[in-house]
Amino acid sequence: MVKLIIVVLALAFYAMWQLMNVYNLSRKMKGTLSENSTVKDNELQGKLFVVYFAAFFAFVAWQLIEYGPRLLPESASEHGKITDWLMNLNLIIIAIPFVITHLFLAFFTWKYSGKNGQKAVFYSHNNKLEMIWTIVPAIVLTVIIAYGIKSWNTITALPTEGMQEIELYAQQFNWTARYAGADNKLGPNNYLKIEGANELGILMDSTTSQDDKIVKGEMHIPVGVPVNFKMRSRDVIHSAYMPHFRSQMNCVPGMSTQMHFTPTITTAQMQAKLKNPKFKYVLLCAKICGSSHWNMQMDIVVDTPTDYKKWLAEQKTLAETLLAPAPADSAVVVAAK
Amino acid sequence: MSNFNEIPKETSALGNVKNDPEHKLYDDESHTYLNDHDDHDEQHWIEKYVFSTDHKMISKQYLLTAIVMGVIAMTMSTFFRLQLAWPGKAFPILEVFLGKWAPGGVLDPNMYLALVTIHGTIMVFFVLTGGLSGTFSNLLIPLQIGARDMASGFLNMLSYWFFFISSAIMVASFFIETGPASGGWTVYPPLSALPQAMPGSGLGMTLWLVSMTFFVISSLLGGLNYIVTVINLRTVGMKMTRLPLTIWAFFVTAILGVLSFPVLLSAVVLLIMDRGFGTSFYLSDIFIGGQALEQSGGSPILYEHLFWFLGHPEVYIVLLPALGITSEIVATNSRKPIFGYRAMIGSIIAIAFLSFIVWGHHMFITGMSPFLGSVFVFTTLLIAIPSAVKVFNYISTLWKSNIQYTPAMLFAVGLVSTFITGGLTGIILADSALDINVHDTYFVVAHFHIVMGASAIFGLFAGVYHWFPKMFGRMMNKTLGYVHFWATMIAVYGVFFPMHFLGLAGVPRRYYSIEAFEMFNNLVDINVLITCFAIFGALAQFVFLFNYFYSMYKGPVASANPWKSNTLEWTTPVEHIHGNWHGALPVVHRWAYDYSRPDLENDFMPQTSPLLPHEAEAAH
Ligand code: HEM
Ligand SMILES: [Cu+2]
Ligand SMILES: [Cu+2]
Repeated sequence: MVKLIIVVLALAFYAMWQLMNVYNLSRKMKGTLSENSTVKDNELQGKLFVVYFAAFFAFVAWQLIEYGPRLLPESASEHGKITDWLMNLNLIIIAIPFVITHLFLAFFTWKYSGKNGQKAVFYSHNNKLEMIWTIVPAIVLTVIIAYGIKSWNTITALPTEGMQEIELYAQQFNWTARYAGADNKLGPNNYLKIEGANELGILMDSTTSQDDKIVKGEMHIPVGVPVNFKMRSRDVIHSAYMPHFRSQMNCVPGMSTQMHFTPTITTAQMQAKLKNPKFKYVLLCAKICGSSHWNMQMDIVVDTPTDYKKWLAEQKTLAETLLAPAPADSAVVVAAK
Repeated sequence: MSNFNEIPKETSALGNVKNDPEHKLYDDESHTYLNDHDDHDEQHWIEKYVFSTDHKMISKQYLLTAIVMGVIAMTMSTFFRLQLAWPGKAFPILEVFLGKWAPGGVLDPNMYLALVTIHGTIMVFFVLTGGLSGTFSNLLIPLQIGARDMASGFLNMLSYWFFFISSAIMVASFFIETGPASGGWTVYPPLSALPQAMPGSGLGMTLWLVSMTFFVISSLLGGLNYIVTVINLRTVGMKMTRLPLTIWAFFVTAILGVLSFPVLLSAVVLLIMDRGFGTSFYLSDIFIGGQALEQSGGSPILYEHLFWFLGHPEVYIVLLPALGITSEIVATNSRKPIFGYRAMIGSIIAIAFLSFIVWGHHMFITGMSPFLGSVFVFTTLLIAIPSAVKVFNYISTLWKSNIQYTPAMLFAVGLVSTFITGGLTGIILADSALDINVHDTYFVVAHFHIVMGASAIFGLFAGVYHWFPKMFGRMMNKTLGYVHFWATMIAVYGVFFPMHFLGLAGVPRRYYSIEAFEMFNNLVDINVLITCFAIFGALAQFVFLFNYFYSMYKGPVASANPWKSNTLEWTTPVEHIHGNWHGALPVVHRWAYDYSRPDLENDFMPQTSPLLPHEAEAAH
């Protein structure tokens, strides 16, 4: 196989080589063996630029129509509305210079293609013009910066009260969510305590830990309540990416990071909106983390607050799963006595 | 050798050289510099072609190495594009090339990551840094400033050979049991620090780090040489404000490299220590492979800071030479002075300065303080201003010009387009609030491939087509050049524009397959389209390869100044001589852009032509 590929390539190369020899020889005899561009070349290439840029614009327009509807659905978080609004604003702002500069480029490349008897205009600078096109982008960027930083501050500012705290724990290649129990406090942890079923290294002698609850595969969050995710990682850097909520934060070993948002649309509502009963919110990993980086997922279910409370109540506490002696064992102990 | 880099014995703007002891670099008694250089021609072939200290030969060595590396990296990209378009499908060709990493022709997920990693590393460092700066700074700095060679030919030779060793090690890492480094071209720890984390973090990662160490050494040796040469060896009359923009770009690029590569080296050294010597600069609280690591107290974020302190300047190290080359080619082929010469220099310097204070925009969501994030938003968006100025200046250079469409000129115009498109999406990414949702998605991949990948590759091609006659004394075929350009231009936007949509749909980068998520099911056909364009684009590069090697041997012999250009390199003889000019070095009387002066019949005026009687130097 490799040999075949090499032979085919070598033959093709040889054939091209001979063809070029013949081509150059014929150009030599006609006296046109020059690699400088001729007026005809210039005309053709100038036109090709116009055709190319027209086709490029058509291609972009086609993608907007064809791919536009496949982008993320409307934001399912409160701050996501700001993100989407800002994104649209910025996209419009950058579309303008994109179109204008390309129109100029297309026009000039065609209009001023080299012709016989044409001489370029010696025009080396124009301070006024240069001032204008330094200041105008500066003003536009000031607007972008101002809106950008304002939105960033709004998005990152922690709500003062009523937050639901959830720990998100990343490891190769899955996610675990830990909910604070009745005391609404997450218990302490230490990576040296990771052992067996205690996957998160929770210090179980602390009372704040014992009512905590752990879930995998699917986590629930309540609609309309600010949720604050405290993130940790067990091994390498991961990134908790929740595109439907316009949220992302890295999970860094040895460090605690956090991110919060307020969900606004329940899973059921979103399914109805999209007319897709199979729709699910998901959590993905966006930071390369190893061979299954591409398949490190968790489903997110946005519930009404009542459903959420009900669901949470059904989950087992750590005291139940980690501390309680297994029933079978205790039976044996009793019997031995 | 002592009088090799002498400055001509002429009275000039720099003062009377002969009587000025500071400049007395040539030996009055022997007068050897006038004809000394022809004696060197009978060199041993090893000295001439292998361990050459001649900047022109070193430049060709860099270019050839970069082409080989480029072909390797491009082939890798077609391999992983096959997997992305048709996930899990068997392609026998993959097994042919990758053996056990593609059993039955299905790409292994670890190999997928390895391909992505080495593709990125090779393209960024070996093709667009080593290849671009190495080739053109070496070729053009001495030729365009009127010097006999680099300040130190020996260091220059070392620079190439370190580059070669580094390339060889990087390629060799493909042939080891556990495969090459696979943590992405940014190799963030702990993933890259712990062999337990992935196979590629074993020996492959060690080789990556060793290779990068040699690369940094090479880059520093080269960069210091470029800086010293530009500062000290300009010929008489070559004031800084008469330098072609190519030289300005190479000069500032070299400064960027010298200031930022050592920081990468320190990041690399600390990583080597963490990997091999039990330190914990980047490691803390890690439990992996069923075991808690002892190391604690370090932070992976430290690595990110160090990496991007180089990493962001690095993207301009890649881009600025391409912009310099474009300035030169656009002016020459528009037959018009570059518009706003001083503004161009100003923007190069502004970009270079700003590029040192924006690195945090790669780290908005690492948990950095939101206030610090705002600062980086501000500095990053500022960089768009000098970038915009450059674009406007290129476009106005075309206005009322008389464009000669050589293949080089086509690529230069293509660069202007890609630089605009990619620069504009940078504005989205720079907005931290928006970056939250597109960071580490295909939107970023689209952004940097268009603004850096495509633009810099276009600059590289433009440079090769334009200076081929200077390198090999022959011309490349223009028709093949045209075909190559249009095919490449179509492929570039065909491949990278749709990626914006993938990113906006939420597809993270470096995914082996997007099939694990139902939400991406309707995006698979976009991947198919992209892969088709990618294969088309890859095939188009064979047109270039053929043209390059054919023209080297059989292209029509070049004339001394085939593009009717003003700069000094076209005053040297076509055949290469040691020392570049027979006789005395040229003396410069004007800037590089006196094209189409209204008072002259010719549409160009070489920098060596003295001012005409009553002529004042063009205000620029
Ligand atoms: C208008 C100017 C530009 C702005 C505002 C800008 C902004 C940004 C930002 C904010 C990111 C980080 C995105 C993320 O990771 O989420 C980024 C990524 C990147 N940019 Fe730019 N950029 C600009 C121009 C350039 C230029 C000129 C180059 C190259 C020559 C470049 C090369 C890159 C590369 C290589 C990355 C991605 C690195 C990686 O994560 O692998 N950018 N850019
Ligand atoms: Cu992950
Ligand atoms: Cu950057």
